[in-house]
Amino acid sequence: MSIDLTDEGSALTSLRGRLAERAESAGLLDVAWDDVDSPFGALAVCVTEAGVVRVVLPAEDRDAALAAVAARLSPRLLRAPHRVEAARAQLGQYFEGRRRSFDVGVDWRLSAGFRRRALAAVAGLAYGTTASYRDVAAAAGNPRATRAAGSACATNPTPIVVPCHRVVRADGALGGYLGGPAMKARLLELERSS
Amino acid sequence: MGLPPFDTVVTRHGALVLRVLRASVGHADADDAWQETFLSALRAYPGLRPDSDVRAWLVTIAHRKAVDVARARGRRAVPVADPPETPVPATDVDDHVADVIDALATGGLWGEVAGLPEKQRLAVAYRYGADLAYDEIGRLLGCSPDAARRSAFEGVRRLRITVSGAGSPPRTRKENGT
Repeated sequence: MSIDLTDEGSALTSLRGRLAERAESAGLLDVAWDDVDSPFGALAVCVTEAGVVRVVLPAEDRDAALAAVAARLSPRLLRAPHRVEAARAQLGQYFEGRRRSFDVGVDWRLSAGFRRRALAAVAGLAYGTTASYRDVAAAAGNPRATRAAGSACATNPTPIVVPCHRVVRADGALGGYLGGPAMKARLLELERSS
Repeated sequence: MGLPPFDTVVTRHGALVLRVLRASVGHADADDAWQETFLSALRAYPGLRPDSDVRAWLVTIAHRKAVDVARARGRRAVPVADPPETPVPATDVDDHVADVIDALATGGLWGEVAGLPEKQRLAVAYRYGADLAYDEIGRLLGCSPDAARRSAFEGVRRLRITVSGAGSPPRTRKENGT
């Protein structure tokens, strides 16, 4: 018997994978997350039993975002690649222009009130189309709440899956995006060309 | 802000817990004990006070699992008579102790460690395998830091006898059967 520190890293990787599986079997895995590759960099995708609850864009502070999810939903948050497989596959197809909508389910618990209604409207926007913030505000029940609709999009917990990049300004300008304006432009371009 | 994601806890302390367990129960049983440690911790985690010392909490759970594993596998050393008093001069003792500590730090001797009485075995494992301080070892073993230091030293002394061949190795394990 000897203490071999060189294999510690690989041992920990497999131990963590096994822990996530056992936690799930024991009903102790409330939020699962993993990195998902995208043309913009790694996304951190969080899923619960209800569906995708948070997509952390490359431009965001990932650790802070995961800490916020833990604080809001449950600290039983573990990296569990197998739980993110469906979302990973569908996002991959989307970025290749081979998928026009997601059927992984959305866990809406990180949004409430008007913002949640606004994002529900955003979720209905068809692939390759755009709507204005005013349209979204109207669909959420208050046509004058354009600014609030913008803030709902800016704080969308599940960008891409709930396509807030399809919401632009009424004057035709792109408007802001949590992942940066360049990412928004490229997503819209991807959808126009696919 | 509440508790950090449990994932962060595993990232920060997973390696230390593995070292504690490898040192205390050996490689073969360490993986299972690691799983049991973190599964227990995950179960209790939402009730942990946010200002808790998470590292000490985990090491305590790991220690309990280590004791469980050792007892379940019947590898707890049966207490035997004290080893023969060492007749070598103090300077030689120090030299040999240094040799033993070097061997432990580079991964040797752990088979012999497994044969030590429980308290000495854990004291040696936690001090030289996991690099815990005597304050913490004492807390885990339910004794004072000084008593923990004496247990570790006594364990190393027994190992020294094995290493140096200065006397017959102390008998610390009673074989069952034949």
